Amino acid sequence: MKHTISVLVENHSGVLSRISGLFSRRGFNIESLAVGPTQDPTISRITIIADGNEHTVEQIEKQLNKLIEVIKVKTLSKDECLARELMIVKIACTADKRSEVMTIADITGAKVMDITLTTMTLELCDTYAHLKRFEEIVTPYNILEMVRTGTIAIQKGAEVIAPKK
Amino acid sequence: MKMKAAQAMVECLKAENIKVVYGYPGAAICPFYDALMDAENDIKHVLVRHEANGGHAANGFARISGKPAVCIATSGPGATNLITAIATAYADSIPIVCITGQVNTDQIGSDVFQEADITGAAEPFVKHSYLLKDPKELPRVFKEAFYIAGTGRPGPVLIDVPMDVQKMELDFEYPETVDIRGYKPTTKGNYLQIKRVLSALEEAHKPLICIGGGVFASHAQQEIKELAHKMEIPVITTMMGISVFSDDDPLFYGMLGMHGVKSANMAVKECDVLFLVGARVGDRAVRTPLALEKTTKILHIDIDPAEIGKNIGADYPLVGDAKSVLSQMLEMASPMEHKEWIAHLDTYKTPRTFVAANNGTVNPREFMVKLSKAMPDNTVVVADVGQNQIWTATGYHIKEGGRFLTAGGMGTMGYSVPAAIGARMADPSRPVMAICGDGAFQMEFMELGTAVQHGVNIKIMVMTNNCLGMVRELQANGYNGRETAVYLDGSPDFIKLAEAYGIQALRVTDEASMNEAIKLLSETDQLCLVEVRVDEKAATL
Repeated sequence: MKHTISVLVENHSGVLSRISGLFSRRGFNIESLAVGPTQDPTISRITIIADGNEHTVEQIEKQLNKLIEVIKVKTLSKDECLARELMIVKIACTADKRSEVMTIADITGAKVMDITLTTMTLELCDTYAHLKRFEEIVTPYNILEMVRTGTIAIQKGAEVIAPKK
Repeated sequence: MKMKAAQAMVECLKAENIKVVYGYPGAAICPFYDALMDAENDIKHVLVRHEANGGHAANGFARISGKPAVCIATSGPGATNLITAIATAYADSIPIVCITGQVNTDQIGSDVFQEADITGAAEPFVKHSYLLKDPKELPRVFKEAFYIAGTGRPGPVLIDVPMDVQKMELDFEYPETVDIRGYKPTTKGNYLQIKRVLSALEEAHKPLICIGGGVFASHAQQEIKELAHKMEIPVITTMMGISVFSDDDPLFYGMLGMHGVKSANMAVKECDVLFLVGARVGDRAVRTPLALEKTTKILHIDIDPAEIGKNIGADYPLVGDAKSVLSQMLEMASPMEHKEWIAHLDTYKTPRTFVAANNGTVNPREFMVKLSKAMPDNTVVVADVGQNQIWTATGYHIKEGGRFLTAGGMGTMGYSVPAAIGARMADPSRPVMAICGDGAFQMEFMELGTAVQHGVNIKIMVMTNNCLGMVRELQANGYNGRETAVYLDGSPDFIKLAEAYGIQALRVTDEASMNEAIKLLSETDQLCLVEVRVDEKAATL
């Protein structure tokens, strides 16, 4: 089962390696990991998608909390979670296919970033599931290159994940 | 006050009341050593013969003093040699602060001479680590390092200081307080949960307390003894919990686990409520925790929330410092009796009998029992790893005021002699005895020089059987007797070796020499070594 874990950490060098090291040495599976600064420049926020049962997720939370530079850990439940991930895909596409691909982009919400005589590059920012469907649809056009970020997520509603005052 | 960072490092140690440091110099840590020289009246530097042993000595010192202790190494191989000691301290939750030199800041990452990424390499085994690049951060980093090492669940903290940083100047002021927003260990237990734990213990018909190393870490020895006696609850320990209770205590039933004693293991099997205090239910202590949690109600106190529910499910989890939680329980608990349960457990306490040993050897368990009865009550005994460790853990009779140390979690061979040196220096009024086999001794005997040089009068008992006894036994029983790479032919004459260091030594091969050795070990306060010949086929259990 997949879990979305939000982690607030000190914005120090080496923090990411402590976190990824913790996952590998304790045998936790990371599906994706995305990190970036927050509105407070001393704090970074990491979103981890991890696979495991409840016991594993409890251990992940507890072990993360033991790291000195980890300020806060919260596992977001599916219903309270707004999640996005970004995909950029370059597909083989000559003039005869362009309008087909444009239709797909229109329906799926993807944007055309770049175009050449033989290729088209599309970007799509959406949920993991939507990106997966989009990938299936463009696969027949011969994907030349694909790149995606990890998922980032935030809680629905007014509640926030913030360091304790 | 303006000063060089190297001098500020020394001032930090003084501010932390550090009197002894264990280390091994090298180019990258020389600025600090130079500054340390000016503080020799305040801080004694002990030159060990291998960096790992500096870490083990700090470990022994910390366990007896109850406060973080310091070891030092240079960059590269000096630092990587420390890793085993860091991992050992991590596994046993021992507070040490390790200071390493690093190559100049502008050279980091270019594979220069004696460069190693020690903060990276030691990461899995440290509670926290710092690579100090800005001298202005130095006072805060040192203050935090000692605070992190010694509070919450204790553990090793590493501070890596590049050589050029050691030479830079800063305006030094040691901070009085620490505020780390990501580190606020819970010490006070939840009041309602404490009440629930207590009533579960009161409702039990066959309660049992299992003590781990956490009781030492929290200095809760007195509280757990009082609680056990007030509620008349039998007590067992893990290997790390040995010597919280004296073997003379009628409520004490010994060490549990795969190398434990029958009375302790039967108590675990038959109890209805098991109260774990600062014990992490390691695999050597409880082989089948899943089976145990099905049949037994588990109450678990630990200061580290991650230990609760990690290896065994707890019916009553309780995060907090054992001393604080147990004091609260003591106030609320009413006196109880469990006469029938205790009488039943007493039937598992069988008197020891010893088989006669082959010619030229003695029965190691018999020797252990006799020696321990003769040793002063407050002796610190440091067991190494292997058969000698189990014979000490289960055979050495701990008296009130005695202390047992070993590298229980990591099982690090070569721990006993350096740890004994540290233990003795932490409290020179106590006799300290290292007990090891001829395998481990050959990983650590270079520290005889350290003991001689610094006049550290420890006693060393080497049990020799010319083989790695526990591995040999494993091969004999688990690999159809295919014994390989376990015989130590080529070992030196240990008596001559000791004498080469100017250390008094004696060999035990029969009852007469056994009595002579016991007299030497229990009566002299001099540095001495006793070799005890045991049969290579002598069983661990």
